[in-house]
Amino acid sequence: MSWSAPDDIFFSTSLAAYLDKKLLVLLRDGRKLMGLLRSFDQFANAVLEEAYERVIVGDLYCDIPLGLYIIRGENVVLIGELDIEKEELPAQMVQVSEAEIKRAQKAEKEAMLLKGTMRKRMEFLDLD
Amino acid sequence: MLFFSYFKDLVGQEVTVELKNDLAIRGTLHSVDQYLNIKLENTRVVDQDKYPHMLSVRNCFIRGSVVRYVQLPPDGVDVDLLHDAARREARGG
Repeated sequence: MSWSAPDDIFFSTSLAAYLDKKLLVLLRDGRKLMGLLRSFDQFANAVLEEAYERVIVGDLYCDIPLGLYIIRGENVVLIGELDIEKEELPAQMVQVSEAEIKRAQKAEKEAMLLKGTMRKRMEFLDLD
Repeated sequence: MLFFSYFKDLVGQEVTVELKNDLAIRGTLHSVDQYLNIKLENTRVVDQDKYPHMLSVRNCFIRGSVVRYVQLPPDGVDVDLLHDAARREARGG
């Protein structure tokens, strides 16, 4: 794999343009990681410095610090450049502690399970 | 190679990329590579309220392996050209 010339950074699909920038990385398991891109390769493996996971449940969110991360490229869905002049999140969202967001996640999971079982019970009605 | 060449010709057009995780992003096609990784500029998420974390994202890199669809404007496609190219590839490859 040849190294692109400096000008190519701006026109190609390489992640070089994102180096040292604060990014949002979406993973296949739905996690949202944020941090500074320090390194990458042709598989979209990435090194994120000062990484944290932003957990969002409804209008609550929490940033859980992770430190230095190497992400295997096969898990990467999207790498987004955050516009520093724009708000990262809608105004109504509230930052909470890690304990509280974990509680909210558990409650959401249970609500989903309940929704699932209720739907199963209604299936015999053949409404759809 | 066929679709890589095809997407290279589409650079600058507005497209909507629908991902396998159901996220749909509209933006200007900035670049594409041999893996059909896509870079979009001026992005807006289709169902913004469902994806609050994407609010301030204006440019993004999308890994080719997670793309389900790339939605194009109907007049952005020369179907006959693609058809011929496919026939040529089939014969040669």
